[in-house]
Amino acid sequence: MSFLKSILVLLCLAVLSNTSASAQDGNDALRPLVNELANGKFDETQRQVEALKATGDPTVAPTLEALSAGDLYVRKSDGMVFIAQREGKSYNLTDPLTGEEAGTAGRREVKKIKVNNRLRRVIRSALGSLTLQAPDPEVRLTAAEAIFKAQDPEKLEALDEALAAETDDQVRTVMEQARAAAVLNSDLDESDKLEAVQTLSDMGNRDALSLLIAAQSASTGAVQEAAASAVAKIEKSIATWDAAQNIWYGLSLGSVLLLAAIGLAITFGVMGVINMAHGEMVMIGAYVTFVVQELIRTSAPGLFDYSLFIALPLAFATSGLIGIGIERGVIRWLYGRPLETLLATWGISLILQQAVRSIFGPTNREVGNPDWMSGAFEIGQMTVTYNRMWIILFALLVFAGLILVLKKTPFGLYTRAVTQNRRMAASMGIRTPWVDALTFGLGSGIAGIAGVALSQIDNVSPNLGQGYIIDSFMVVVFGGVGNLWGTLVGAMTLGVVNKFLEPYAGAVLAKILVLVFIILFIQKRPRGLFALKGRAVEA
Amino acid sequence: MMTSFLFRAMDARAGIFLALLAAVILLVPAGNLLVPESSPFHVPTYAVALMGKYLTYALLALSVDLVWGFCGILSLGHAAFFALGGYAMGMYLMRQIGSRGVYGDPILPDFMVFLNWDVLPWFWYGFDMFWFAALMVVLVPGALAFVFGWFAFRSRVTGVYLSIITQALTYALLLAFFRNDMGFGGNNGLTDFKDILGFDIQADTTRAALFAASGIALGLCYIICRAITRSKLGKVLVAVRDAESRTRFLGYRVEHYKLFVWTISAMMAGIAGALYVPQVGIINPGEFAPANSIEVVIWVAVGGRGTLVGAILGAVLVNFAKTWFTAVLPDIWLFALGGLFVVVTLFLPKGIVGTVSQGWTALKQRKVSANAESGSGTPPTAPPQSPAAPANMAGPAKAKPLSSEPQPAE
Repeated sequence: MSFLKSILVLLCLAVLSNTSASAQDGNDALRPLVNELANGKFDETQRQVEALKATGDPTVAPTLEALSAGDLYVRKSDGMVFIAQREGKSYNLTDPLTGEEAGTAGRREVKKIKVNNRLRRVIRSALGSLTLQAPDPEVRLTAAEAIFKAQDPEKLEALDEALAAETDDQVRTVMEQARAAAVLNSDLDESDKLEAVQTLSDMGNRDALSLLIAAQSASTGAVQEAAASAVAKIEKSIATWDAAQNIWYGLSLGSVLLLAAIGLAITFGVMGVINMAHGEMVMIGAYVTFVVQELIRTSAPGLFDYSLFIALPLAFATSGLIGIGIERGVIRWLYGRPLETLLATWGISLILQQAVRSIFGPTNREVGNPDWMSGAFEIGQMTVTYNRMWIILFALLVFAGLILVLKKTPFGLYTRAVTQNRRMAASMGIRTPWVDALTFGLGSGIAGIAGVALSQIDNVSPNLGQGYIIDSFMVVVFGGVGNLWGTLVGAMTLGVVNKFLEPYAGAVLAKILVLVFIILFIQKRPRGLFALKGRAVEA
Repeated sequence: MMTSFLFRAMDARAGIFLALLAAVILLVPAGNLLVPESSPFHVPTYAVALMGKYLTYALLALSVDLVWGFCGILSLGHAAFFALGGYAMGMYLMRQIGSRGVYGDPILPDFMVFLNWDVLPWFWYGFDMFWFAALMVVLVPGALAFVFGWFAFRSRVTGVYLSIITQALTYALLLAFFRNDMGFGGNNGLTDFKDILGFDIQADTTRAALFAASGIALGLCYIICRAITRSKLGKVLVAVRDAESRTRFLGYRVEHYKLFVWTISAMMAGIAGALYVPQVGIINPGEFAPANSIEVVIWVAVGGRGTLVGAILGAVLVNFAKTWFTAVLPDIWLFALGGLFVVVTLFLPKGIVGTVSQGWTALKQRKVSANAESGSGTPPTAPPQSPAAPANMAGPAKAKPLSSEPQPAE
């Protein structure tokens, strides 16, 4: 009975597909086919799915997807098929072809169309060929990628057809790769397979590698040899890309370390002050970002993408002012006693942590990424996320800015004078206490803007600063205290070394090894990589 | 010779302290075990455990004071030695559980059964014997300190650099002990102890005995520290603290002195940790946290560095305050601790004991000397860059602080 029906439908379809029907007409023609899905057992449903596939019309794709997901229902009253989303006790119906709302239905008024796994496979393959020639290149691309993954030789015909019609180069490449994958899995003759191996070898990524390894073990003769040499080639190129990726991750970690450590390098280099509250300055910067974003969310949501630019100067000012306050209030009484500054600033860091905990609560705060910081792109086989990229650029910018300030401004001149010989500078009329205060403010302010950047990749919590303080010390000590270039090199080296150790030793062990390495390194060069030279150092 | 060495440690001050300590060791357990619960003089068991914990903290502070107060080595990593001693004891206690664990394995501790290990790792062998564990309590921190110190002091890593790498050391150990595959229980650490030397660890008598043992260990270590610091060796140490290069130029092998006192101090910290663990019933990697080491330094600074008694007093006072604050006003505790630290470094650079004894000396001098014009002791010495300082901070506390930086070389 239903077999007859489907024949009728097919006939009907054959007539209609010859006419250049408008979309609405097409839907009218498809509608009975879709409604047919409600009838019969799995076997018949499968035939109906194939009938739908035979139409070659991408508008049936949502229907098939919904069927596969188990969201397709039939209305008992008139036998119409809908996509239904359950809401409370009733279902919201959507027309599967047009996507229009079709009212609601009670639980008893509709019946779910059952699917099983075999049927799902059929649907997947139907979707694959339906979408291969869809008007939207994105859809075609996804379809080709799906075939690449499935390596289904039965898709070869569909692929060839699609390839002949394809105009988009990118999609075409993927389709060719998908075809190669399918060819390797088929029983075509050797020359075709050799060609496929060549295509995959040009593709050169991990997916191609696993396909080729499979082909290598499955085939014989020339194909096997070709596959083997392609595998070797790809493995080599993947190793190179892996190294590049590691270096990138390392630089990204290094730039985070640089941001966290650079303020510390200033305060210690100029003033001989080990500022244990430095991490809390970073934390304050992150919380400023949080507050700014909260304000923007409630009052001017349109500005959200600019929130970081608003937060940067505010974070600099807030942390800087707090830093100046700390310098005037506590540190200036302790100059020349570095160990005691270390202790006093530790006390301050506890107070600041508790203050933030009291105001904002102990839990993590949500800081959002603006649009331009989310997502990623690929260079070769390297994934580059936008937020990491911006942070690397930002760290380098901050570094360059700081160098400029110290080398090109009068304030920088005073700062360097005080660094090199405090007494002489004082004798020359430089007000060293103010230079101290401003330098400390600058170091703290930079910690603040580091906090803005770190809020994008780390949890904003009262413990944020604690997580960075030891690493920052390591960077400063490793690079050579009081030397900004040393801090840059130190941060980047430690970042890259850490990332290269991680695959062999695991993240924690890598960190331990780096710490041990620094401890040993300090033995060799007690004053770091780029040690300050001169008489003032010994004092 | 040894007796004369120890005998030199004794004077009125040491005598008073040891007598007080002996009184505490006797009275607290007696108040717990002998006095009936209805009596107002009864000491509850939790208080015994709490005070026992304070005593081990005091011992830890004492070990820090020995290196910081007398040799100028500001260690921000002493918690590492404390925790290592604690782990050694914890491993012994773990083996004592036997088949009474949750999984009932007679050899393997629970966490190893949980991780599907089938043999005991080699470094756990021997920890079923108390004497071996006791030896390890001292040897492991001692060996680590020796190796670390040998490298550090030989290449003349000093001051802030040394402080920072000691911090890195304890941080590295923290990360290592957090790993489950280290064989030390990962982040849960070692816990669920049942008994020690065959006695139930929860029993009142055991707790009292542990308390007394902590007190005795504190007393003995105090005598040793006192003997070291009052000997010729101690004088060299102070010389190293005040002017390291001059001492070296005088022909002393500075690194040997430092290494000796550093290793001794680490061993004391290990003993403190070993006594701490059975009294609190757990040891976990959190004990390695750099913040813990810094807190110990706070105790010493509050009590008065370079005074020994001050370190002990500081540890007990600060921890008592911590217990009280965290019970009454938990949110205030970090404010109080941080504030305490700032205030002590700014206004009491010699700590409580240092300030009091300085004031006492000044008072005696005033009585002796007829002219009372400089009534408040030594004249204030300003830090080089802050001529305004003395005005705000005049008083006995403002004397030239025990600074660890070398004297101006120019």
